[in-house]
Amino acid sequence: MAYDYTPFPYVAPPGLTEPEARHPVVIVGAGPIGLAMAIDLAQHGVRSVVLDDNNVVSVGSRAICWAKRTLEIFDRLGVGDRMLAKGVTWKVGRLFHGDKPVYSFDLLPEEGHKYPAFINLQQYYVEQYLVERAQELPELIDLRFLNKVTGHTDKGDHVLIDVETPDGTYQLEADYYIAAEGAGSPTRKRMNLPFEGQTFEEHFLIVDVEMQKSPFESDSPERWFWFAPPFHHGQSALLHKQPDNIYRIDLQLGPDTDPKAEATEEKVIPRIKAIVGDTPFRLDWMSVYKFRCAKLDRFVHNRVLFVGDSAHVVSPFGARGGNGGIQDADNLGWKLAAVLSGDAPATLLDSYNEERSHGSAENILNSSRATNFMTPKSPIEALFRNAVLDLAETHPFARKLINSGRLSQPCSLHGKALQTGEHPMVGQSLIDAPVGDGWLVEQAQGAFTLLSLGADAAPDVEGIRPLHIAEPSPELSRRYGTGHYLIRPDGHICARFDSADREHITAALARAKGQAR
Amino acid sequence: MILQDNLGPNGDTIYNALMHAHEGLTEAESHALNARLVLMLINEVADPDRIAALLQEARRPASSV
Ligand SMILES: Cc1cc2nc3c(=O)[nH]c(=O)nc-3n(C[C@H](O)[C@H](O)[C@H](O)COP(=O)(O)OP(=O)(O)OC[C@H]3O[C@@H](n4cnc5c(N)ncnc54)[C@H](O)[C@@H]3O)c2cc1C
Repeated sequence: MAYDYTPFPYVAPPGLTEPEARHPVVIVGAGPIGLAMAIDLAQHGVRSVVLDDNNVVSVGSRAICWAKRTLEIFDRLGVGDRMLAKGVTWKVGRLFHGDKPVYSFDLLPEEGHKYPAFINLQQYYVEQYLVERAQELPELIDLRFLNKVTGHTDKGDHVLIDVETPDGTYQLEADYYIAAEGAGSPTRKRMNLPFEGQTFEEHFLIVDVEMQKSPFESDSPERWFWFAPPFHHGQSALLHKQPDNIYRIDLQLGPDTDPKAEATEEKVIPRIKAIVGDTPFRLDWMSVYKFRCAKLDRFVHNRVLFVGDSAHVVSPFGARGGNGGIQDADNLGWKLAAVLSGDAPATLLDSYNEERSHGSAENILNSSRATNFMTPKSPIEALFRNAVLDLAETHPFARKLINSGRLSQPCSLHGKALQTGEHPMVGQSLIDAPVGDGWLVEQAQGAFTLLSLGADAAPDVEGIRPLHIAEPSPELSRRYGTGHYLIRPDGHICARFDSADREHITAALARAKGQAR
Repeated sequence: MILQDNLGPNGDTIYNALMHAHEGLTEAESHALNARLVLMLINEVADPDRIAALLQEARRPASSV
C-alpha cells in the first residue's frame, strides 16, 4: 500500500502581525536532522522554532537504512521503539558476482543489545514519527510548515531571519540559527562557503517497488548485492526490503546515461522485470542520481551552525548520510543547551565542529572508497576490482576487500579536546548491554552519567547522575570490565577511572563541558 | 598460502593506496608498476615453495563471469 502523504497543517505565524520575542534557537529545515535537533534540544529544556518550506514528509523513500547507533539516539529521543517495531530488521547479506554467490554475511553477530545492527525504514516514516514526537512537546517546539527562509544576517549577538509564508513575509530573531536545510543549503550558498569534495560521474537508478511475494529464497529479509549482475550488464545492483512489502532496487547505470530518459516507466519496468521475473509489482517511486562527497570546512560560524546534509554530503553506499546527520544533532543538542543556560562557555560549540567534522570526514572517506570500488575509474582499477571478485570465491581474504559500502558506524572521539585520558574506550560511543529489566542505552544517555561497575559506588558529584551497578550482567562485565565510566549526554565515553576520585571526576566533567583551561 | 584475511581493519586503506599508486598512469605504465610491485613482493616473501604455490594459484583461470 502506498504511503499516505498527509500534509501537515499550516498556521499563520504570530510574526506576521507583531514582532516576536527573540527565540533561543531557530532551526531551518524539518528533515530528519532538523527534527531530531528540535526534539533533542526540547529534552534538554530548550525551546526552538522549526521552519520548513514544505508541508509533507520526504517524498519518495530516499534514506532507508538506519544504523544501531541512530536507533539508540532515537531511543533517547523517544522514538526508538516505534522505529524498530515498524522497520524491517535484516540479518543476512549476500553478494553475487554475475549469477554466482560469492559469499554471505551475518550482520548480527552478538546478542545482548536492545537494537539490531540495522533496520530498513523509509525516510517518510522516520520523519513522520519525528514530527509526531515533536508535536508531543508543543511548549518547546514550534513547528512551522510552509515557512521558507529567504535570508539571514548574523548580527554578532543574534541572527536576524527573513521568512516567507503563504500570507506574506516576516522576520525572526534568534540567539542561534541552525541550518538543517539539506544538501542544497541556501544558508551555505548565501554565506559563500566552499563545499568541496568529489563528484562521481556514474548515474544510479533508484526504484522502490511493492511486491507481495518475496524475491528472496527464505522468508527472512535479506540484502542482495550484485557485481556484474546477469540481468544488467557490466554494472552493479542492490535489492533489499523495506516495510509494507516495498523493495528498494539500486541499479548502477554508468556515466553516459541520460537521467531524464532513464527515469521513465518504459525504461524502468523492463529493468525491474529482469530482476523479479513474473512476480507482479507496483512501481512506488523512482529517481536517477549522481552522488558526491563534500563537506564544509567548518560547521560553526559564530551564531550559525550547520547540521546534516547542509554541512556534509556522502554517497549512499554505507548509509552514512542520514545516520551521520543524526549524530550531528546528538552531539550538538546538549552542548547548545549548556551554552544557552550558561552552564558552559560558548567555545564549547567549537568542540561540535571538531568532533563532527572529524566524523563526517570519516564517513566521506568510507563512502568514497565504496563508490570508487563500485565505479572503477580506469581499466587498471577495473582489472584489480575484477581480480578481487575472482579471488573472493576461493580466498576469503579477498572478500574483505570487496566494498559495496561499509555500513555506518559511529566515529570515536578519542583524543579530541573534551575527552580525558588514554583508555581505549574513551571517545567511543557506549556499547549497549542488558541492565536489570532494561538496557544501558535507556539509562546512560541524556545527561552526564557515571557508570560504576563492581563493588565501589562513586562519590556524588554535582551535575552527574550516578549509575552504580554492583552486579553487572555478563554482557556488561564482558564489555566494560570494572571501573567508572563518565558518559556524556550523547552517549560518548569521555573518561574512565579505575577508582572513583571526586577530584578527577570533577575535572573530567569540567573538561567535557569545555570549562577547563 | 594465506587464504584468510591478513589485513584486518587496514584492508580498505591498503586497497585504496594501491589504486592511488596507479592514478594518472597510462596502461603501459601501470603494467610496469605492477611488474615491479610483484617482483618486490616476491622478494618480501622470499620462500620459493610459497612463491611457487602462489604462482600456481594465480595462474588458475578465474571462473568466467
Ligand atoms: C537515494 C538516497 C538514498 C539514501 N539512503 C540513505 C540511507 O539508507 N541511510 C542514510 O542514513 N541516509 C541515506 N541517504 C541520505 C539521507 O537521505 C540524507 O542524509 C538526509 O535526508 C539528510 O537530512 P537533512 O535533515 O539534513 O536534510 P533533508 O532531508 O534534505 O531536509 C531538509 C529540509 O529543509 C527544508 N528546506 C530547504 N530549504 C529551506 C528553506 N530555505 N527554508 C525552510 N526550509 C527549507 C526542505 O524542504 C527539507 O524538508 C540517502 C539519500 C538518497 C538521495
